[in-house]
Amino acid sequence: MTTSTNGTATTAGARAHARAQHGRVVPTMRHVPATSAPSLPDDVPADAVTWAETVAFGRYTSLALARGTRLRLVDVAGDACVHLLLHRAGAPHERLNTADTVKVPWQAYLGTGHPLLSDAGRLLATVVADTSGRHDALSGTTTLAGNTERYGAGAAQSASPAGRELLLLGALKHGLGPRDVPPSVSFFKGVRVDDAGRLTPTGSAGPGAFVDLLLQVDALVVLANTAHPMDERARFTGTPVDVVAWRAPDDFAALAGDALVGELAPEHRRALENTQHDLTARSPR
Amino acid sequence: MTILSMPAPAPALVPGAIVLDEVVAARAPWSAVVAAGDVLTIVDLEGNQAVDCLLYAAADTTVRYSAAETIRRQRSIVLTTGSALRADTGEALMTVVADEVGVHDTIGGACSQESNTLRYGEHTRQQHACVENFLLEGARWGLGKRDLVPNINWFMNVPVDPDGALGIVDGLSAPGKRVALRADVDTLVLVSNCPQVNNPCNGFNPTPVRMVVTRPSAEAAR
Repeated sequence: MTTSTNGTATTAGARAHARAQHGRVVPTMRHVPATSAPSLPDDVPADAVTWAETVAFGRYTSLALARGTRLRLVDVAGDACVHLLLHRAGAPHERLNTADTVKVPWQAYLGTGHPLLSDAGRLLATVVADTSGRHDALSGTTTLAGNTERYGAGAAQSASPAGRELLLLGALKHGLGPRDVPPSVSFFKGVRVDDAGRLTPTGSAGPGAFVDLLLQVDALVVLANTAHPMDERARFTGTPVDVVAWRAPDDFAALAGDALVGELAPEHRRALENTQHDLTARSPR
Repeated sequence: MTILSMPAPAPALVPGAIVLDEVVAARAPWSAVVAAGDVLTIVDLEGNQAVDCLLYAAADTTVRYSAAETIRRQRSIVLTTGSALRADTGEALMTVVADEVGVHDTIGGACSQESNTLRYGEHTRQQHACVENFLLEGARWGLGKRDLVPNINWFMNVPVDPDGALGIVDGLSAPGKRVALRADVDTLVLVSNCPQVNNPCNGFNPTPVRMVVTRPSAEAAR
C-alpha cells in the first residue's frame, strides 16, 4: 500500500491520522463527559451521572467518587465478574476489609442492605440494590501464578489477566502499591459455604443482573472484570460490565432514614454514625 | 514425695531441637521469624484462647498471608492439618502439619477498638484489641497499617449457617490443645493473643498461650 496524503510519514500526517480517530465509539469504553453516554438505565437521572463506562472482560478501571454517589454495576450479558476494592480518598490506609464486612453484620453473603466496612469501624458503602444474589466476599480474586497454571498466562497484558494484577494496576495508578491491595470482593459470581466449611461456586444469575452501592465516604473505586477464581471452565471466559455512577442525595438521606433498604441493622447504623462522626469532626461547620 | 518445680518440657507437636520457647501473656502481642523447615507449635494453655495471626515472607513483607487465597485454594474456610497458609501470590508461607482441635478460623479477622463499637457498643471503644497488638508488634519490623489484612484465628470457631449467618461461637479447643505450623519459607509470624472480652472467642477470659519453635532433625524430617 502506498503512502497517501493521510500517511503518517510526516508530523502533520501523523497528527491528522491521530485526530481522525477522535469521536469513535466502541463497545467497551468510558464516556466523557459521563452525560454523553449513548444509553443509561431508565431509572438513572441522566443529568446527575458522573461515570458511565463499559469495561471489557479482562480489563480494569478506577475512579474516585464522592460521598453520596450511587454506583451501579450491570452484568449485561450475564458472564461478568467484577472484583472490587474501596479505599478512602485521601486516607487510603482505610479500605474495604472483607473480614469485618462479613463478621460485623453477622452475614457471609453480600446482598441488599449489606454494609461494606473498613477495619476502622466505619461504613464505606452499602449494597442498596441487588438483582443477582451471586456475590463473593470470601474467595478473593485470581493470581498471576494461578492464571498462568490455569490458562497459560495471567499478566495484565495477557489474554487471561489475573484479578490481582489488574487491581494492583488500578491501585498503582493512584499512587498506591502492593501493600494497599488486600483481599477483594467480587460481584456476579457467587460462592456458598456448607456446614463443613467447604466452598461451592454458584456461577452467574444470568443476563441483566445489577448491583448498586451507595458510597458513604469519598472513595477510590478500583474494579477489575475478570474470571472468578473458582470458575470451573477450562477457557478464560466472560463478558463486559456496565458501570454507571450518579449523585444520589435523596437515596443518601433515605438510607440514613431507614427508608432505602429498610431499617438498618444496629451494627450498620453504628458504622454509619461513626462515619458521620468522623466527617463532622473534620468539618469547620 | 516432692512436687517438682521444674518447667514442663516444651510441648512441641513436632519433635526437634528447641529454637524458641516463650509464653505470651494474656492480651499481649508476639512475633518471630520462623526459618524455613522449622515448626511453630502454638499451645492453647488454658483452652479456648483465640490467637490472631498474620504471616509475611521475611524476605519481602509485601508477600503476606491472604485469607481469600488460602480459602479458595483449599476450597474451605476451615484450617486444619494439611492446610497451606498462602500469600496473595498463591505461594505457601506455612503449612499446618499437626492439629489437636480440627477447626481454626479464616474469616473472622481481628477485633479492633473501632469494630468493637459496631458489634458491642460505643462503651467498648477503650478496651484493648487485636489491631493494636498487630500495629505495635508489626512496627518493630517496619510494618504499618497498610500491612494489616484479614488474619487467621487459631482455636477460634466461626461457623456459617445455610442462610449465610455467621458468628464467633463457643470454641472447640481445650487446655493444652496444640496446632503446629511448618514454615515453607522464612516467615515473619505476627500474633495477637486476643484480648476480646465481649464474645466467646476467649471464653470471655483472655489467657496465656505458649509458642515453641522446633527444628526437626534431618533424620526426622526425612
